[in-house]
Amino acid sequence: MTARSLFEKVWDAHVVAPESDDRPAILYVDLHLVHEVTSPQAFDMLRDKGLKVRRPDLCLATLDHSIPTVPVMSLKDLEIVSEPAAARQLMKMEENCAEFGIELHGLASDRRGIVHVIGPEQGATQPGKTIVCGDSHTSTHGAFGALAFGIGTTEVGHALATQCLLQRRPRTLAINLEGTLGPGVTAKDIILRIIGAIGVGGGTGHAIEYRGSAIAGLSMEERMTVCNMSIEAGARAGMIAPDDTTWEYLAGRPLAPRGQDWDRALAHWRTLPSDAGAQYDKSVDIDVSQLAPMVTFGTNPGMVIPIDDAVPEQDDPAFRKALAYMQIEAGKPLSGQPVNVVFIGSCTNGRLSDIRQAASLLEGRRVPDNVRLLVVPGSERVKRDAEAERLHEIVLAAGGEWREAGCSMCIAMNGDRVTRGQLAVSTSNRNFEGRQGSGARTILASPLTAAAAAVTGVVTDPRTLLS
Amino acid sequence: MEAIARITSRTVVLPIEDIDTDQIIPARFLTTTSKQGLGERLFADWRYDADGRQRADFVLNRPQSEGAAILVGGNNFGCGSSREHAPWALVDYGFRAVISTEIADIFRSNSLKNGLIPVIVDAATHQWLVENPGAELTIDLESRSLMLPDGRSVAFPIDGFSRYCLMNGLDELGFLLENASAIREFELRAS
Repeated sequence: MTARSLFEKVWDAHVVAPESDDRPAILYVDLHLVHEVTSPQAFDMLRDKGLKVRRPDLCLATLDHSIPTVPVMSLKDLEIVSEPAAARQLMKMEENCAEFGIELHGLASDRRGIVHVIGPEQGATQPGKTIVCGDSHTSTHGAFGALAFGIGTTEVGHALATQCLLQRRPRTLAINLEGTLGPGVTAKDIILRIIGAIGVGGGTGHAIEYRGSAIAGLSMEERMTVCNMSIEAGARAGMIAPDDTTWEYLAGRPLAPRGQDWDRALAHWRTLPSDAGAQYDKSVDIDVSQLAPMVTFGTNPGMVIPIDDAVPEQDDPAFRKALAYMQIEAGKPLSGQPVNVVFIGSCTNGRLSDIRQAASLLEGRRVPDNVRLLVVPGSERVKRDAEAERLHEIVLAAGGEWREAGCSMCIAMNGDRVTRGQLAVSTSNRNFEGRQGSGARTILASPLTAAAAAVTGVVTDPRTLLS
Repeated sequence: MEAIARITSRTVVLPIEDIDTDQIIPARFLTTTSKQGLGERLFADWRYDADGRQRADFVLNRPQSEGAAILVGGNNFGCGSSREHAPWALVDYGFRAVISTEIADIFRSNSLKNGLIPVIVDAATHQWLVENPGAELTIDLESRSLMLPDGRSVAFPIDGFSRYCLMNGLDELGFLLENASAIREFELRAS
């Protein structure tokens, strides 16, 4: 039998009808993650056509994008604290899930959180599954060896109605990462380095497989950070071969298989890693042993440099436009640049290990009065776990805000935003113009680099603060 | 959906690379639960200033852009978020096609489902389009080609199934629903 890659194995196992020149493949979806922003028009379509949700049992639904991160325990609270359109959208989600028989991890649920945090946390995300969501950061789930990708709302409707999508098979891109990370350098720095190397369109049309010793050495949460930003390199999916780290993470999670089902699943999962000799359409090699903490300086995640480098000079209109928007000068390093806001959270870096890392630098230090620090756990469970370790006390003692779970300041459609002209260091995934609020300026960085900026008030290499 | 065979229109040129869907429609407008009315918010932060006044220097606010249905964007148009609100906003505004040297995967897929034709051209053709804003073009789905005013015809790639759906005004969902028995068999096999 021909050697197959991880991607090919998962793809092949989900083809209901193969593709031809005039037909895309019909691909079966094992898990459909649903949230309030990209689903209402899909539910309306079902209603218009008199269709049901084919497999409500394969949907995992939550509220994350437009939900406020101040405490909201009921719909009545919501009306008070939320912007009216956001409140209506959240209530619509409650109604839609009730009408179509989908279990919703809603307002008062202790399992609520960012869809890409709760899927893995609940054990719904598993190796070998096909996973879709009306959200481009669905690539996160590829960290488990799943084929996971973002879709639009029309396709959300297709998946709800038929549990299938019409898809053309993407090409494959192997990114081989070797070397050991130095102190203060994290998974976020790896993925920012990759995007800088291949560009924001470098993965277009491809599913990425991240491979090599530097990936095998990462925890599941770190692997999720890497896969999460695959879309920022243009790739809809980013995958990592499942291994012992994966099984250890999944064992005992509420939706993970148990007993004999676990043994059967594990035997299958072990067959998923790419065969020796598997072919990829493209491949890229990156050595991470000399990697420094990375920071973005422009208005897309590909405009990124090691923190001790100067902002490059480039004679190109898009480049000049980006620097003008950012009010950043070419030829100078970002270190020392005063910041107004630090955001720690999001589906990229809102997990327990991220908050632990940030807390390790915040502990015993104080955020200057002119800097706002917002720490937003990725899920209610992350929040509880962090509080059990008293990490929230470290955040509060440093002068930061400690919030309820949600997408918060990553997308700025829930009341949390950076105000016009302010500069934020953010652990989120997009530094697009206005992403964190109209006129907001964003530097993307790791939780360590963000915490270093919070306690010094300026962009700072976190390695200078490590004890 | 309305069937589309060809589009003839002047172009609007926005020659910026990597235009992301947050620029096409900022996230703060995604609290809507409808597809309608998003044209008003198209490129909101580039079209309007902080006080909501039109910026005279933005291309869509120039009188010669009025009524144009073809948008020429820079390389890697539509990258970023999967929001289908981006093609909804473009279509609601009046665009029927987007031309670039590269169009991001999810945006391209979403466009095809909303009667917005993604047209990918070579760098030389793109450069000509950027240098000749307002040129009248015809995009013909039957021949999969773009006709320039000087009579040149440039072929562009488009998925055969998507093209068939666009030309016949069909929703892809119909095709999936027709395959219900194959889906059922797959589920039985897999369980």
